[in-house]
Amino acid sequence: MEGLGLGYLGAGIGAGLAVIGAGLGIGNVAASAAEGVARQPEATADIRTTMIIAAALIEGVALFGEVICVLLALK
Amino acid sequence: MKRLNFIQSRAFFRVIAILVPLVLNVYGIAAGSTEKASTVSGSVAVVPAGEVVRGAEGGEEEEKAGDVIMHHILNNRVFAFPPFGEVKLPEIKVGGYDISITKHVVMLWVVSAILVVLFSIVGGKYKKMTARQAPGGLVNAMEALVEFIRIDVAKANIGHGYEKYLTYLLTVFFFVLLCNLLGLVPYGATATGNINVTLTLATFSFFLTQSAALKAHGIKGYLAHLTGGTHPALWVIMIPIEFIGLFTKPVALTIRLFANMTAGHIVILSLIFISFILKSYIVAVVMSVPFSIFIYLLELFVAFLQAFIFTMLSALFIGLASAHEGHDEHEAGVASH
Repeated sequence: MEGLGLGYLGAGIGAGLAVIGAGLGIGNVAASAAEGVARQPEATADIRTTMIIAAALIEGVALFGEVICVLLALK
Repeated sequence: MKRLNFIQSRAFFRVIAILVPLVLNVYGIAAGSTEKASTVSGSVAVVPAGEVVRGAEGGEEEEKAGDVIMHHILNNRVFAFPPFGEVKLPEIKVGGYDISITKHVVMLWVVSAILVVLFSIVGGKYKKMTARQAPGGLVNAMEALVEFIRIDVAKANIGHGYEKYLTYLLTVFFFVLLCNLLGLVPYGATATGNINVTLTLATFSFFLTQSAALKAHGIKGYLAHLTGGTHPALWVIMIPIEFIGLFTKPVALTIRLFANMTAGHIVILSLIFISFILKSYIVAVVMSVPFSIFIYLLELFVAFLQAFIFTMLSALFIGLASAHEGHDEHEAGVASH
């Protein structure tokens, strides 16, 4: 029983860590994109596309982590 | 001034002291336990009403809520229309394989039917229009989306010869979008919240990407790409890495769409169930309803965003695979994973 409880705890902590990583990553992307747009408003469309792609890729990695945590919790 | 602040802060604490027990429902635990059954069947689609309320202990009930949520998310052969009953779908087995028609399969058919009808109407209207007429209403709305995919997604990422892939990209965009949106409609189910569906879609993208690469570079160039353009001594490392790299892209596409659509639904259901687990109306009013509405609106945005990202990344992978610039482009694609 105790082992199972620790497994849930691990899954929860893992999910939190994945979210921290993704938050930092996407925050960096968004900050740089905002800076880029402020400096070069004419490049807004390109910057937005690049930003969305980068954010999606970071998010994808975080979601891998989340899925593993869900699998751990459901085990 | 300091004194005023002090008084205000004390008032604040007094409010908290009144609110916290109210929220945790210390004052009236029995309140509302009779009406809870009707609320459950009204707000949560799948279960018979008693199941959530029955558990006497907190922990036990939490597990029940988890079961209900998983039941709502996962695929099954029952289409439930809570106040009116449910439709059981037939079970079909061929040679030991379960190929029965499930909730998500029905949703896929519904989406396909809607898309066929919608685009026959739009296409018919387009054919009847003269060159100087402007499209209006539905045709105009669809034209905006189609043009967006054509110019901002296909042309921008694939470049020369994008027309060949435009049909696939448009199909996958509208299909994923409608699947996502129908998951937010009452009685609907999110077909894209099923990993089998997203894996199938990603497999289409994978084969298109590989065929684009083969067409652009020939079989020799394709194999040369697998070496990463390095010295033969490094091939022992490079070839497995590049080979795995081929498969991470569709797997990332699969997991992204699946996890995004599933996560949103789990969050909405969890927020609704908080009020049942804590047995409190105040939690329902302060937290469950406003937050689940907020997440619902976020989901509406995510439905569009994920459809767009799936299409965009498919186009990007096809563009990278068929790029003629050589290894700079190629390495950019690999580095992004």
